[in-house]
Amino acid sequence: MQRLIKFFLLFAFLALPFMQAAQADELSTFVEQLKEKSTSKKIKTIRAIGAIGASGSERAAPVLEAYLGGKLFQKKTDGTIVIIVKGGEGLLLSDPYSGKSLGTSPKNKYKKIRVNNRLRGVIRSVLGGLQLQHRDRLKRLEAAASMFKSHNPKSIPALQEALKAETDEDVKTRMGEALAAAQLSSTDASAQLSAIKVLEARGDKTALTLLQAAMQKGASTEVKSQAEGAVRRIKKSLAYWEIGQTIFYGLSLGSVLLLAAIGLAITFGVMGVINMAHGEMIMIGAYTTFVVQEVIRTSAPALFDVSLLIALPLAFIIAGSIGVAIERGIIRFLYGRPLETLLATWGISLVLQQAVRSIFGPTNQEVGNPSWMSGSFEVGQLIITNNRLWIMVFALAVLFTLMAVLKYTSFGLRMRAVTQNRAMAGSMGIRTGWVDALTFGLGSGVAGIAGVALSQIDNVSPNLGQAYIVDSFMVVVFGGVGNLWGTLVGAVSLGVLNKFLEPAVGAVLGKILVLVLIILFIQKRPRGLFAQKGRAVEQ
Amino acid sequence: MNSLKQLALGAIAATALLGATWSTDAQAAAHAKKETIKVGVLHSLSGTMAISETTLKDAMLMLIEEQNKKGGLLGRKLEAVVVDPASNWPLFAEKARELISKSKVDAVFGCWTSVSRKSVLPVFKELNNILFYPVQYEGEESERNVFYTGAAPNQQAIPAVDYLMSEDGGAVKRWVLAGTDYVYPRTTNKILKAYLIAKGVAEKDIMVNYTPFGHSDWQTIVASIKKFASEGKKTGVVSTINGDANVPFYKELANQGIKAEDIPVVALSVGEEELAGIDTKPLVGHLAAWNYFQSVDSPENAAFIKKWKAYTKNPKRVSNDPMEAHYIGFKMWVKAVEKAGTTDTDKVIDAMVGIEVPNLTGGTSIMAKNHHITKPVLIGEIQDDGQFDVVWKTKGLVAGDAWSNFLPGSKDLISDWTKPVSCGNYNTKDKKCLGAVMAK
Repeated sequence: MQRLIKFFLLFAFLALPFMQAAQADELSTFVEQLKEKSTSKKIKTIRAIGAIGASGSERAAPVLEAYLGGKLFQKKTDGTIVIIVKGGEGLLLSDPYSGKSLGTSPKNKYKKIRVNNRLRGVIRSVLGGLQLQHRDRLKRLEAAASMFKSHNPKSIPALQEALKAETDEDVKTRMGEALAAAQLSSTDASAQLSAIKVLEARGDKTALTLLQAAMQKGASTEVKSQAEGAVRRIKKSLAYWEIGQTIFYGLSLGSVLLLAAIGLAITFGVMGVINMAHGEMIMIGAYTTFVVQEVIRTSAPALFDVSLLIALPLAFIIAGSIGVAIERGIIRFLYGRPLETLLATWGISLVLQQAVRSIFGPTNQEVGNPSWMSGSFEVGQLIITNNRLWIMVFALAVLFTLMAVLKYTSFGLRMRAVTQNRAMAGSMGIRTGWVDALTFGLGSGVAGIAGVALSQIDNVSPNLGQAYIVDSFMVVVFGGVGNLWGTLVGAVSLGVLNKFLEPAVGAVLGKILVLVLIILFIQKRPRGLFAQKGRAVEQ
Repeated sequence: MNSLKQLALGAIAATALLGATWSTDAQAAAHAKKETIKVGVLHSLSGTMAISETTLKDAMLMLIEEQNKKGGLLGRKLEAVVVDPASNWPLFAEKARELISKSKVDAVFGCWTSVSRKSVLPVFKELNNILFYPVQYEGEESERNVFYTGAAPNQQAIPAVDYLMSEDGGAVKRWVLAGTDYVYPRTTNKILKAYLIAKGVAEKDIMVNYTPFGHSDWQTIVASIKKFASEGKKTGVVSTINGDANVPFYKELANQGIKAEDIPVVALSVGEEELAGIDTKPLVGHLAAWNYFQSVDSPENAAFIKKWKAYTKNPKRVSNDPMEAHYIGFKMWVKAVEKAGTTDTDKVIDAMVGIEVPNLTGGTSIMAKNHHITKPVLIGEIQDDGQFDVVWKTKGLVAGDAWSNFLPGSKDLISDWTKPVSCGNYNTKDKKCLGAVMAK
């Protein structure tokens, strides 16, 4: 017996290199088949590659990953398959079967092996199966997620095995859920029952999807009724989470409105200038961000993540100085004539738009999200997107800084003095003209920084400003002219109101309703939420 | 500068002619001299639509310049007359009138939005001139003076839905029809809904959602799409969201982690130009249906893109579907004028039907009797470099159908501008031409 084992071991040892070579051969024959056009044949091929991977070939997973990422190419002349390591005009290639680098080659010599959504789903589930026991924790999480999505009963043994070997708690839960999803799709009633419990604990929309399917197709009546109960409970808890989510959406929209309106709260609210070019200051801020990113992209790509921080002061200075120029050049001749001011600033806004269109072209410009502003995270069943969260923080920071400037600096004191009683301030020796110019500059500069933030969520095009001008006036008038707290409360309440109306009556009607409500509100309280009191107001 | 000088000279000549009253002879003499053939370009160069339409103006100027290099048309040079209707719909009609009666153009290439087309229609009918309209639209219209080189719903929307229904497209069972609130998405969605119901999709499996122009906060809508998709059936989105609203929409999809494998979005008005403003890495796999993509691998297209990049002096400049439509329309017009031997409106309109020119996707397009053209339909997948990769295309060419077969009001209507029918809305049941009475 022992001899036999020894012999067998020896044989295995000798055969190992051959086996690996055979695997590589087998892999290459299947990978070659990916060139075929038919999707259903490709699916078979992908499963076969997965099987090779499962039997120990280390190259199967990287090949599939490359295919999933659209990085598997073939040479146009002889059809040699390569993996593209780095794109661009000169492609950096590597050999799919050995992983060795093949040097660079011009782009037009290779064409992509096509992948579509159906194939992507298959690849993800096959890859998930291969990577359930990967060294990298993140890969295992990803694998568990794709196994959950594919919920194929055939993967139950692999999942059970991986669960046994798993040590990380987080991954364990995810794998447990993937296993439950697979079990629910099987025909075993007892496994289905335990699976329902696991999925109910997960309690999100994907779990709900699976449970609803089980409600109809469960193996026994007990499974069906259990699933129904779970669905009911999940729906109930999701309804609460949904309210929370809508509030987050509302706050987020509110913060965007706040950002757009803060600058106007100064130029219109404090100074009383009906500034139709306010939106264009936002646009100029957004274009400043674009230019900063372009410069960084070409000369210092490493700085990309701090591009917004660089753009902030620049946007403030550029928009602010344009604001000062507009005030000194045009608006100061029009004080006390609101209609002329309105027309003049409207004209300025058109001039600025067309100027930007002539310089940068009419099309959208790409402003990238730095890594810390992309993606999202979950709190319970709430999905919080990073860029929205940062914009909220940023909007509040801008608001409070501005309040502090108005309250605690000597410029703020002069500014308030001039707006409250110009003649008196003038006789105290304040150069009211310059205070006007700087105030307008401050408002425009703040609009500029708002543009930096808004470039993260909206188009950077010459029309950017127009989209915000109406909303900004709405917020300022609703909140109470001349009061920054009013602007904050106005923006947030309009945001939340809008987001609660939107799912109920649709975006179009929602917007109309908000406008109607504001009109009614202004009828009742013409000075807005936080009306300014005192003699200065009566002028 | 040159055209200004000519204009001034023309004005002086005209006053001189009016002064002396032998105008008829002189005019005939002036005609005999080699005058230029004028081509109107009616695209917004400022305002909201400038983002899309400026490109088309540039494309037209390039095509005209190219034709002049080849020796012009009928031995005469072509001259582009560019006007700016500034995204203002009534102004479109005024500018069209100005082009036709003041500048005396022989054909106009222009308009983007349906409302701008509707606004110029009466002008073209009254003054009897020709309009080439290059954008995909909602159908339900066919005019003698208009040639529709963009896609009708059956050349874009219906094949897109068919693709999503197929195995490869993900076998979608539940549908979200999301669009901007105006005539094109509303009519298209009406047709699509009727089509889906005819295909056996239940009413509760269709969600229709409209948003205002330039909608920028998509959080709740994307979330409600996600919720709609969690009801246990594979869900797909057909998007007729227009223009600027697309960038924040796609950004929100990416932010909320909606992958194309989970909920594929097929867009009917997102092209290379619209994607230029977005980082497309998270969007790979989402789809668009068009009759042309810049990435199409054909010698005609490669030559066209090379010329386009050289003409605009911008190696990053992208090409798109409406540009191809203008390319086809312009080539067709040139051929028809050559065939008719004159630029006379009625003769050119008659000559247009049946004209066949190569398109940029490697086939040929034919002008049909209903003034729509035949085109291939392509479904492209968004790639990480902002381009589309064709994943599916129709076997042959699809002829544009002006009147949808899926709407009760237009089922029996056909359009045929050749004799003896000569009617844009001929009812095949009653054998009657509805004429100016619109069937809506």
